[in-house]
Amino acid sequence: MKIIIILISTIFVNNVILAQFLGICPFLGTSKKTSTAVGMGAAVIFVLVLATLVTYLLNKYVLVAHGLEFLQTIAFILVIAALVQMVEIILKKISPSLYTALGVFLPLITTNCCVLGVSLKVVGEGFIYGNNVGEAVIYAAGIAIGFALALIIFSGIREHIDLMEAPEGTKGTPIALITAGILAMAFMGFGGLV
Amino acid sequence: MSNWKTFTKGLIKENPILVLLLGCCPTLATTTSAINGMSMGLATTFVLIMSNLVISLLKNFIPDKVRIPCFIVVIASFVTVVQLVMQAYVPDIYATLGLFIPLIVVNCIVLGRAEAFASKNPVWPSILDGAGMGLGFTFALTMLGSIREILGSGSIFNWRFLPEDANTILIFVLAPGAFIALGYLIAVVNRLKKTK
Repeated sequence: MKIIIILISTIFVNNVILAQFLGICPFLGTSKKTSTAVGMGAAVIFVLVLATLVTYLLNKYVLVAHGLEFLQTIAFILVIAALVQMVEIILKKISPSLYTALGVFLPLITTNCCVLGVSLKVVGEGFIYGNNVGEAVIYAAGIAIGFALALIIFSGIREHIDLMEAPEGTKGTPIALITAGILAMAFMGFGGLV
Repeated sequence: MSNWKTFTKGLIKENPILVLLLGCCPTLATTTSAINGMSMGLATTFVLIMSNLVISLLKNFIPDKVRIPCFIVVIASFVTVVQLVMQAYVPDIYATLGLFIPLIVVNCIVLGRAEAFASKNPVWPSILDGAGMGLGFTFALTMLGSIREILGSGSIFNWRFLPEDANTILIFVLAPGAFIALGYLIAVVNRLKKTK
């Protein structure tokens, strides 16, 4: 039951893009076509879950154990960068088909702020699912699915916007941002669900 | 003259948010009021100037292949400095900005300037470039924060100019308002650029 509550609250109620503003750059950058949006979404789900697991354990058994919490930001970003590289190398060897499917999106994830944001949030003070590594990973999975969902919905809308006549000056990014605002309003309707 | 140009290009012509569209996450998340937007901008400016300075000094010692991880370590160190200083001296602002202070590390502007400018130029222009870009970022954040605060809470820099019981457009301090306000702000800038 708790798992379902975590998933619903992260995917719909506190959607990582539309309510928490993490990962806006890839949200705007890779949403021009649905196919790239699907690739980016899949890559984020994969890396975010793995990164949260690794940084959670690193924090618990290395940083906290030695009183080095102030190094969190530096340690986490290095771990994430190394992890992304490693995942890239391993995937290339084990599953070339998945590797080509994720393609250029893997290296881009290092600078996706939702990965660092979520891993810092999970180990932060006052985080309710932070006591248990299983719940933390499910939380990360929910966040990543929410990211993929918002990205794919948005890319579908954007493909249609391209066919329409937008007012002068709002073409391109401005109209995309305004559309994202309306999408965020729609997601606000999920408020109070959990 | 060229130093002056290096400094001013970040303010308007290559404004990181309004023109280059880099670093959107803190822009949208921390601009619920003018003060919040400005503090976020100034924190980022400090990191930009210091990381540009150090990277420009180190550019001959960093091997080309591992330059990105090196840049990230330099940036992350300064972000940690900002984080600890803000926690100590302005705990209220630190609490409001929260997660977005450590997230300066992954702000595209900082790494972007390190890669595009500081790793190729001498120290003094790099500092100016960092300062210009940082102030342009601060300017855009303060402007967006002011717009959202005026429309959403009827005040500016915490000074309320509407009567207590007046209705304000609450949606502008909530999440959707951030997207819509930034969208229209960029649309206005685009329009102005066309007429020039």
